[in-house]
Amino acid sequence: MSVTSRLAGRSGRTGSAAARRLTYLSLLAVAFFSAFPLYFSVVVASRHNSALAQVPPPLLPGGNFFANVARVFDTVPFALALLNSVLVSGSIAISVMFFSTLAGFAFAKLRFRGKNALLVMTVATMMVPLQLGIIPLYLLMVKIQWTGTMYALIAPSLVSAFGVFFMTQYLSRALPTELLEAGRVDGCTTWGLFWHVVIPAARPAAAVLGMLTFMTAWNDYFWPLVVLTPENPTVQVALSTLASGYVNDYVLGLTGTALGTLPLIIVFALLGKQIIGGIMQGAVKG
Amino acid sequence: MATRAPDRPAAPPGGPAPRSHRLGRRGLLHRLDVKGSPYAYIAPFFLLFAAFGLFPLAYTAWVSLHEWTLLSDTQEFIGLGNFATLLQDPYFWNATFNTLSIGVLSTVPQLLLAIWLAHLLNRPLRAQTFFRITLLLPNVTSVVAVVVIFSQLFGRDFGLINWVLSWFGLGAIDWAAGVATSHIALAVMIMWRWTGYNTLIFLAAMQAVPRDLYEAATIDGASKFTQLRKITIPMIRPTIVFTVIVSTIGAMQILAEPLLFAATTTGAGTMVTGGFDREFQTLALYVYEHAFTNFDFGYASAASWVMFVFVVVVASVNYLLTRRMRGGVG
Repeated sequence: MSVTSRLAGRSGRTGSAAARRLTYLSLLAVAFFSAFPLYFSVVVASRHNSALAQVPPPLLPGGNFFANVARVFDTVPFALALLNSVLVSGSIAISVMFFSTLAGFAFAKLRFRGKNALLVMTVATMMVPLQLGIIPLYLLMVKIQWTGTMYALIAPSLVSAFGVFFMTQYLSRALPTELLEAGRVDGCTTWGLFWHVVIPAARPAAAVLGMLTFMTAWNDYFWPLVVLTPENPTVQVALSTLASGYVNDYVLGLTGTALGTLPLIIVFALLGKQIIGGIMQGAVKG
Repeated sequence: MATRAPDRPAAPPGGPAPRSHRLGRRGLLHRLDVKGSPYAYIAPFFLLFAAFGLFPLAYTAWVSLHEWTLLSDTQEFIGLGNFATLLQDPYFWNATFNTLSIGVLSTVPQLLLAIWLAHLLNRPLRAQTFFRITLLLPNVTSVVAVVVIFSQLFGRDFGLINWVLSWFGLGAIDWAAGVATSHIALAVMIMWRWTGYNTLIFLAAMQAVPRDLYEAATIDGASKFTQLRKITIPMIRPTIVFTVIVSTIGAMQILAEPLLFAATTTGAGTMVTGGFDREFQTLALYVYEHAFTNFDFGYASAASWVMFVFVVVVASVNYLLTRRMRGGVG
């Protein structure tokens, strides 16, 4: 809201009514194409396989959703997958929030040698194609016997360069230096400052970072596919088992997809404004 | 402070000496706290990143020089042998071609569309939040979900897309069977997932452009499109360069889309080959095939390293191209 009104105030109404109508039409078209595939997956998930052979294809939901859901739970260990995904994504989100706030505090407000160089290094690591190191990472997990366990997913994601950068940006803007100085005068150690001053101030940004991290971890697919087994999967691995093992059973695949995706979409639709604000803040560099 | 109080009576009657000693230690602790804490606070990030990120990446180089498989316990050093075999493998070059083709098809239209959409959103509009949230919905959807949904939409016999195309007199297209058609289908999936995200990144940059530039241009009678070309794009060039690099690096590593597209259309048996005839096997999928179905880690690591070199080369070329874009635009 505030952004809209600010924009309206600053640049006023420009362009003809026809041009404005065209803008809205274009944006509505894009919004339609963004949302339609998700809607269609729900339509398919609530129908029977035979409905897919109709021409034209069905465009409204049917009444078969819960029967399909039951089939998903019969075919793959979906309850276990949900539990694993919540556990992994939750642990990663908490860890990234903590370590990013800690490092972000140091980068934003503390003075030390080599700070700028280290911060540049952190940003540069965001561009390293880490996927290319996956073979030694796999060999390492085999060696320490973590393959097939959730440790193998959590350990490599405990920290995030984006998170450190994001919290540095936020804290250098939102945390008043005077507050820290006052804390020092009162005899606070650096750790005391972090605990009593920084964490309360960091909370809004850390929450956004936590949600973004949770979503990324929830949707992660490649590494879990490599290191886990179909018997002890995450949601995404279970979904790919569903989709690849039953090629012609699209209803089953799309029901699983709807089950694994919709909770996240609903959370996003509710908290989307904050999350989008977070993405856009992270985008603009100091 | 409170914990120090009980010490006092126990202090020897010597007087000032132990007291100053204690103060000295406190001063030292304070200095240590101020000087040392920053490093302690950033250390977890750097240590964990080195252990699980950089070290594996570097170790790939070592593995690539060996005959290294899952089955044997010993690894024989064979120098550049893996690289020699790799560069003679036509499937490797096929994967390189596919990666570049899918990369160009998905990235170029995506970024142009994102700039245009951000331009549309960067003005007073009703329902800003609604448009932004809907634009980002695809990005919240997982890769697996995207491919499962689009495999259905791109279905040969009962797919919605072929149905729509049939209105225009086009016959049923078997999207997964052809090189060009499968690349287009994959590019559409990638575009669908990432356009909205990049739009928001561009929009954030556009909102930082000083408004008076536009006001002056409006007074001079410049159209919205001219303003986009002459003001917005030059002003947000750093963001464009950044986005182009990040998208390039992402596009060079495309893996999940072709893997799942094969699994849901041509069957699980073709997952790692990207179609019956490797129509859409990308470089990352080629690495995956050799590492995790053949368990030939040495050879796959060699392919990883060559891929890394490609990523750096393509990203650098794009960096130079986007930086020089100025001449053509402004």
